[in-house]
Amino acid sequence: MLQKRVIVCLDVRDGKTTKGIRFKGNVDIGDPVEMARAYYEAGVDELVFYDITASAERRGIMIDVVRDVAGQIFIPFSVGGGIGSVDDMRQVLLAGAEKVSVNSQAVRDPSIISAGAKRFGNQAIVLGMDVLADSALPSGYRVVIDGGRVETDFDALDWARRAVELGAGEIVLNSIDADGTKDGYELKVTRLIATSVGVPVIASGGAGTPGHLVDVFSEGRADAALIASMVHFGEYTIGQIKQHLAANDVPVRQVDI
Amino acid sequence: MTVVVDYDAGNLRSVETALHHLGEKHVISTDPAELIGATKIIFPGVGDGAHAMGVLRERGLDAAMVAAMEDHIPILGICVGCQIVFDRTEERDAECLGLVSGTARRFPSDSELKVPHIGWNQVRYSDDHWLFAGIRQQTSFYFVHSYYPSPDDEHDAIAWTEYGIQFAAAVERGSLVAVQFHPEKSGEAGLRLLRNFLDRERRTDRPARKDG
Repeated sequence: MLQKRVIVCLDVRDGKTTKGIRFKGNVDIGDPVEMARAYYEAGVDELVFYDITASAERRGIMIDVVRDVAGQIFIPFSVGGGIGSVDDMRQVLLAGAEKVSVNSQAVRDPSIISAGAKRFGNQAIVLGMDVLADSALPSGYRVVIDGGRVETDFDALDWARRAVELGAGEIVLNSIDADGTKDGYELKVTRLIATSVGVPVIASGGAGTPGHLVDVFSEGRADAALIASMVHFGEYTIGQIKQHLAANDVPVRQVDI
Repeated sequence: MTVVVDYDAGNLRSVETALHHLGEKHVISTDPAELIGATKIIFPGVGDGAHAMGVLRERGLDAAMVAAMEDHIPILGICVGCQIVFDRTEERDAECLGLVSGTARRFPSDSELKVPHIGWNQVRYSDDHWLFAGIRQQTSFYFVHSYYPSPDDEHDAIAWTEYGIQFAAAVERGSLVAVQFHPEKSGEAGLRLLRNFLDRERRTDRPARKDG
């Protein structure tokens, strides 16, 4: 049986893993290569790296991180943040990532999805989308870009379908309303998108407890769930989360061989 | 020397890093002569099977694969490299290498299942098969594919996975084994499988192809 994936997200700035803490800004929480290795050993199914490096000159550091991670962990991982061209994609994939994710840039120029899919295959192209509940849009959700700061005219469901037609192989769906709350994933929009597109949907934003993952897999119908703070600060381990999922009849990969 | 076949079918880096991690010396090659002189051949691939076959023919690697198999060289096909060892693929209806009788078929699109099949799925293997030595039954491996191996002779299948239908996740014929999943991305179990393959010795007393 196909297993539900637990994916850890690492935000990387200038070569360090960082995490936004409300009212305190970002704090460095460790070396991304060491963290990736520890999560790999703990049995995580996949990793996502977001490069939030501000300056273009420092982007090369991220490529070094990707290369180091690829040499040490033998599970799939994707890299997003600052991917603005097919050449950016190529660099990240050549450094050893399986997938690249595009977000704001794809809204500005959707052809980057088709160009990337044609060159590297649909399986290599992930659409990241940030959404806000908004009753003015047909699906009830609006696409926002630039880290949630800029509203677009895109309807979330329309955009998801269009991106899949263009060649996106997976979608990371992040709810801005739920992000950072630790109150659970936004189940309604997750279910809406996950049951409307023919590619896997990875739910993001709001995870605070293992029970939230059970909810997003069952009620939200997600194929995978993204987590960050709940494991970065040691509240839960990957093992505990998977144990809880298995106990609640969610099929998850066990790591002993 | 272990040769990783480069036929323009996606990124070879993950296979390379896994081999490096396992301490296995290897070369990446587009040269038919190097295949024929290899001690082992790894035949990876992602992307479009029909395109991959075109490149293999252009580079003369199709005949080299057949010759390598007739010379009992252990071969490991991965993903698209597991599909194009068959007679044909339904991907743009392309003729393939014919090292194993059968077809790579597309998952039915009328079901509720998402295609491609992406993620970790459980693999049940033929009891005591050498390729899975030291790996627990029903261990999950990482899959990414829209076409699946469908051997004509069910005895060629050595492992099975369920995704709407049951399909052959791995096949063996003569000195060739091929896996639909990505061992290089399947954690410690995948590394163990690669190790098992790399430890396989060339044996000329085994039939090169079961059907002679």
